[in-house]
Amino acid sequence: MTVQLILFFILAIVAVLTAVGMLVSKNAVYAALYLILNFAAVAVFYLLLNAPFLAVAQVTVYAGAIMVLFLFVIMLLGAEKLGQSQVQAWQRPLAIGLGLILAAEMVYILVSGAGGLVVASQGTTINPDFGSPANVGMELFTKYLLPFEVTSVLLLVAIVGAIVMTRVEKK
Amino acid sequence: MVPVMYYVILSAILFIIGALGVLIRRNAIVVFMSIELMLNAANLAFVAFARQYAATSGQLFVFFVMTVAAAEVAVGLALIVAIFKTKASINVDQINTLKG
Repeated sequence: MTVQLILFFILAIVAVLTAVGMLVSKNAVYAALYLILNFAAVAVFYLLLNAPFLAVAQVTVYAGAIMVLFLFVIMLLGAEKLGQSQVQAWQRPLAIGLGLILAAEMVYILVSGAGGLVVASQGTTINPDFGSPANVGMELFTKYLLPFEVTSVLLLVAIVGAIVMTRVEKK
Repeated sequence: MVPVMYYVILSAILFIIGALGVLIRRNAIVVFMSIELMLNAANLAFVAFARQYAATSGQLFVFFVMTVAAAEVAVGLALIVAIFKTKASINVDQINTLKG
């Protein structure tokens, strides 16, 4: 067993356990903290997969900015323990059943290769600078320049939307 | 190198946990966090396949997904705050009327 494989399994256990922790924790703040750990584990996966730029972006954007926003809103609303009561009693068992069906379908597709998902176990050999910030930036600003610019418009719309949504309406 | 299939299976597990979170939890903020978990699971599969096929495009798509997620969170949390202001609740079962 190589070092990479051992690292993968340890991180996989961390990622799955933190995801389950987010799912079952009663307090929304704990759920957010579990999710931050999960994002950090995924960031290390990105490092294993030769994507250092994405790993750093994951930590700053996801674990940093987005989760801080989540924690801020949870604490602003005092919503740590809200939303516990189930209105429909049949809803939770049904949800678990549907989740298990989804899991069974995914296992079937992955095992049988029905989705055309047959890949060689050995990856393509890559350049040493694959996924480096310079490489990613070159591709982003040449081949994907238009999507990049559209992204800026999307962020502008999000900013305007967020401000309009939380504005106090004058009567 | 770790086989790409392992990453795909891990990504599928994380996605299913996220989907379960959306279905089971009633707190709108936790539902939102589960959606983030699902986006992240998809990102992981993208990066795994980008490494497998030595294609930088896969990594760039993750970059765009991150941007969309950030925009979505900003608007979504603003919506939750607005709903909380009018209904004093973020239980998704109680948000069943369209007019505030």
